Amino acid sequence: MALVPFWFIVIAVLWTGFFILEGFDFGVGMLHSVVGQDDAGRRAAINTIGPLWDGNEVWLIVAGASMFAAFPGWYATMFSGLYLAMVLLLMSLIIRGVAFEYRGKRDAARWRRTWDVALTVGSLLAPLLIGIALGDLLHGLPINSAQNFTGSFWDLFQPYALLTGVTLVLICLLHGATFLSLKTTGSMHERSRLLARRVAPFTAAAVVAFAIWTHVASSSTFFIRPLELLAILAVLAAVWLVYENRDGFAFTATAVTMASCIASIFVGLYPNVMVSSTNPAYSLTVHNTASAPYSLKAMTVVVVIFLPLVLAYQTWSYYVFRRRVSREQFMTAPAVPPGPVPAQGGPSAAAPGAPAPELARKKGVRHGRKL
Amino acid sequence: MALDLARWQFAFTSVNHFLFIPITIGLAFLTALLQTSWHRSGREEYLRLTRFFGTLLVINVAIGVVTGIVQEFEFGMNWGAYSRLVGNIFGAPLAMEGLAAFFLESTFLGLWLFGWDKLPKRVHLLTIWAVAFGSALSAAFIMAANSWMQHPVGYLMVNGKPVLNDIWAVFTNPVFVWGYAKVLLVSLVTGASVMLAISAWQLRHGGVREVFTRSARLALVVLVPAILFTMLVGDELGVIEGQYQPMKIAAAEAQWTTCQPCSFSLFQIGGGNNDQTPTQVLAIPHLLSLLATNHWNGKVVGLSPLQAQYSSQFGPGNYVPNVFIQYWSMRAMAYLGVVVLLISLWGLLLIRRRKLATSRVFLWVAVWGVVLPFLMNTAGWLLTESGRQPWIVQGIMLTKNGISPTVSTTWLWISVLAFVVLYGTLGTVDLLLMLKYSRKELPPPPAEADLETPVPAVQY
Repeated sequence: MALVPFWFIVIAVLWTGFFILEGFDFGVGMLHSVVGQDDAGRRAAINTIGPLWDGNEVWLIVAGASMFAAFPGWYATMFSGLYLAMVLLLMSLIIRGVAFEYRGKRDAARWRRTWDVALTVGSLLAPLLIGIALGDLLHGLPINSAQNFTGSFWDLFQPYALLTGVTLVLICLLHGATFLSLKTTGSMHERSRLLARRVAPFTAAAVVAFAIWTHVASSSTFFIRPLELLAILAVLAAVWLVYENRDGFAFTATAVTMASCIASIFVGLYPNVMVSSTNPAYSLTVHNTASAPYSLKAMTVVVVIFLPLVLAYQTWSYYVFRRRVSREQFMTAPAVPPGPVPAQGGPSAAAPGAPAPELARKKGVRHGRKL
Repeated sequence: MALDLARWQFAFTSVNHFLFIPITIGLAFLTALLQTSWHRSGREEYLRLTRFFGTLLVINVAIGVVTGIVQEFEFGMNWGAYSRLVGNIFGAPLAMEGLAAFFLESTFLGLWLFGWDKLPKRVHLLTIWAVAFGSALSAAFIMAANSWMQHPVGYLMVNGKPVLNDIWAVFTNPVFVWGYAKVLLVSLVTGASVMLAISAWQLRHGGVREVFTRSARLALVVLVPAILFTMLVGDELGVIEGQYQPMKIAAAEAQWTTCQPCSFSLFQIGGGNNDQTPTQVLAIPHLLSLLATNHWNGKVVGLSPLQAQYSSQFGPGNYVPNVFIQYWSMRAMAYLGVVVLLISLWGLLLIRRRKLATSRVFLWVAVWGVVLPFLMNTAGWLLTESGRQPWIVQGIMLTKNGISPTVSTTWLWISVLAFVVLYGTLGTVDLLLMLKYSRKELPPPPAEADLETPVPAVQY
């Protein structure tokens, strides 16, 4: 039955991949109206992830569907137990997803601001809620012998879970800021670097706390596990690199931080998949929730064929869209104003004064006025 | 109450999801055809049409994707017991769908949309075909999963639990093969109807005539065979489902007693689960026998004998689906299909007479005709899914046993309200944007000097 642990690893890989990729999308979503000070800037920020975010989000769908197929008991208990949190998560993902698409489709300041808010809030809530959920898996929830959740909505908000959620949000912020530093030009580039520097110490503090607590929660030995250590080292490296203005390495470091944090949850969890705080004997494990061997075998064939293929064409798509995006691209009308190009930002693009600078001043952005 | 709310929520979110999906599948294919025509002929009107309809495609994909995530999560959220019991079979196609189809569709949509000026023309053309293929492929997996609920195959019962033992059987399930063909065809019908309606509106309101006549013709050329085959395939699907789910077919005719040969009533007065003797209006002899069995004198077992048979087989209980919904959704689906067929044939006739762009009556009908496929699709799903009741998996699990035992009525009320408000808002926004962009003027043709420079990419 080597396929059971194999599928646990596949699911851990899918969640990790999701957070490495969608992590910076969340960060860009939260930061886009701070980094982009006017409509053109915001559009530039959104367009750094424009071609990519949808493909990144599929990692979440596939992670969920793989849990359904490989560990139906896990999927059923987790998704029904965390019901209201899941509803909230779906709402966040929905408003965020349509915000990308609909924001530029009407040229009205209020319309765009509404979708800006939707994008920001959705991008904040999604990693927070998923983080809380993952933290709950590890730290335990009231679960009875029939593998059913017996607690209330508020049981989800235990300290460790909240820390996990906040940590993920902070990593997403830093990850997004380093991504924007890599993908933008001019004043936006400067502002992204500045934001990364401001966020980095908080992210580092959260990750260190998270790594230690994860260790305490899931292990009885004193010696910290390699992944937890890696998370701490990577986030410290990220802080240093951000202050050294090494954009590429800083982004790599935040990606490693994200990966090691998510992976350490799954390593801490195994062989459990959901810990029962009622009685450890009731915990859901890979074995008491797994599908029959035949199903796992059939899906193994599919994942072995398709996952490398997916990685190949997603890598290619990142290569195609490797260029930086500049605010200037969004300030003039294109040569052909064809159907799919949303109306170019008229008055709001022309008036750099609009709502953003106040926000930025509050955050102490100094380099924002170069353009 | 919890059961009703969970069912209502699933029906609500699914019906909404399937308003957008057929547009996506159909329009992706048609947009790919337009771009291919541009690629092969080099005529700029095809490029303008590609960009024009591409926008509409993208507006719908966005909402199709996000409502799809809801579908994916709802099985675990609301149907926990069901997921636990059949996840090892039902979950497999869903995971495969994500891996094989969703990744393809979403990644290549990004490449198509933003890659106009970054990819070689030929590669760029391939990306829209990858989107079309990915969206059609995703429907295959989800239909395989759904068909398993209608007619479970490829499994063994082990300790009262179905365990997959033949994945191939799941993908060769006759209900799947015919059901999938039908979904692809109605997607083409829906996409082509949308394209036809928009072209017709543009022709009525001074849109560039030569260009929109082309798109109207393309739409009609796809629509006529698509709706014809939808009806033929739908008829065969009815015969197949009749073999495995006789209740569904008997209820669709409100046939309480066994008949041979059986007539088909165009309308009835009264009817429903408590009225077993409705007044049939205009009964056509032999037609039900033909529809349900493909034989002139075929036998259709009535609801009452089936109920007796099921009660002795599965224990006491009510195994009759909602007859009212079955009877009328079947007719709504069939009659609307006929209307769509007539409209499309009329359009074909006008093409032959070269009057398509000038017949204002036809153009008006074609604009409003766009609502018909959506009503038809919704009726079709009601027929299929309501007809499966009271089973969640035919013969294996009852719907009432499938719900999540720990999700309270309060939680359900919260989620139902949240989804209704959100979907209502998004549906309205989507509709308004579709209307706005459908009524936009075509992008102007590129100037001669511009022909060398690449087409600008799309940006958010």
